[in-house]
Amino acid sequence: MKASVIVFPGSNCDRDVKISLEKFSIKTEMVWHADTKLPKSDLVVLPGGFSYGDYLRCGSIASKSRIMKEVITHSKKGGLVMGICNGFQILVESQLLPGVLIRNINLKFICKNVTVKVTNNKTNFTSKTNRNSVLEIPIAHNEGNYFASKDLIDELEDNNQIVLQYCDATGNITEQCNPNGSIKNIAGIINKKGNVFGLMPHPERASDEILGGMDGSLIFKSLK
Amino acid sequence: MKLQVIVTLKKDVLDPQGSAIKSSLSNMGFKNIESLRQGKTFEIIIKEKDEKVALSKAKEMCEKLLANLTIEDYSVKAIKE
Repeated sequence: MKASVIVFPGSNCDRDVKISLEKFSIKTEMVWHADTKLPKSDLVVLPGGFSYGDYLRCGSIASKSRIMKEVITHSKKGGLVMGICNGFQILVESQLLPGVLIRNINLKFICKNVTVKVTNNKTNFTSKTNRNSVLEIPIAHNEGNYFASKDLIDELEDNNQIVLQYCDATGNITEQCNPNGSIKNIAGIINKKGNVFGLMPHPERASDEILGGMDGSLIFKSLK
Repeated sequence: MKLQVIVTLKKDVLDPQGSAIKSSLSNMGFKNIESLRQGKTFEIIIKEKDEKVALSKAKEMCEKLLANLTIEDYSVKAIKE
């Protein structure tokens, strides 16, 4: 499997993602946002960070960058795309995923380990996890509050598009364990076709024992 | 021609920043505020004499970049100097 990690001005998790992908034998190339050609890839990763300083709306300016046209074409052809944190924000801004990510309800930048429940493990990104298993993965964001109309949320539920939900250590999805105010405790969703995945937690920060956990590695192991 | 674009959150979208500003104002003694919503303004100077054309360009800018129509509304107007 081959992957491209897109580097925007202000990306800061790009190299961590590359290390994680390569650890699981995925050949990875870094691609600059101003490039007009995507190297042959099975997977494109939009990494975390603060692309364009989060100006206007998080991810909005990056979503209009030149390489994104190629990424959109790649996704329309069925290629895999994964957006982590700021990458997830870029995916909703480019309408590859529905809904939006708005300011955390408590107005704070939240940087901590959280537990998320794998609500859907029948995806290209979660196949090595058990359904309803609980993963401990860090989050680090200011705008991770997932918002969508009621109709859209119903649609996401009907199509099993909600993949990760914030939960407590035993897997209960409660208001107390919702860090940012996301509707339905949403931490990650997939598109209808199943090839575009966005998540706020950082699996690359939980893919090595030395970083304090390995739960994120299940996401990288699932990629196929 | 100078244009003003105002982007605001839609009514049913939570505005935690607006709520925080409202409660701060209330702590400062401004007690009668019923509601406060935060938005953004953009001042755009465009090389265009025809107001209609300029406004339609600004609308296009809103739809394509300045506003996220899932959560935001926008308005555009020309400013006479």
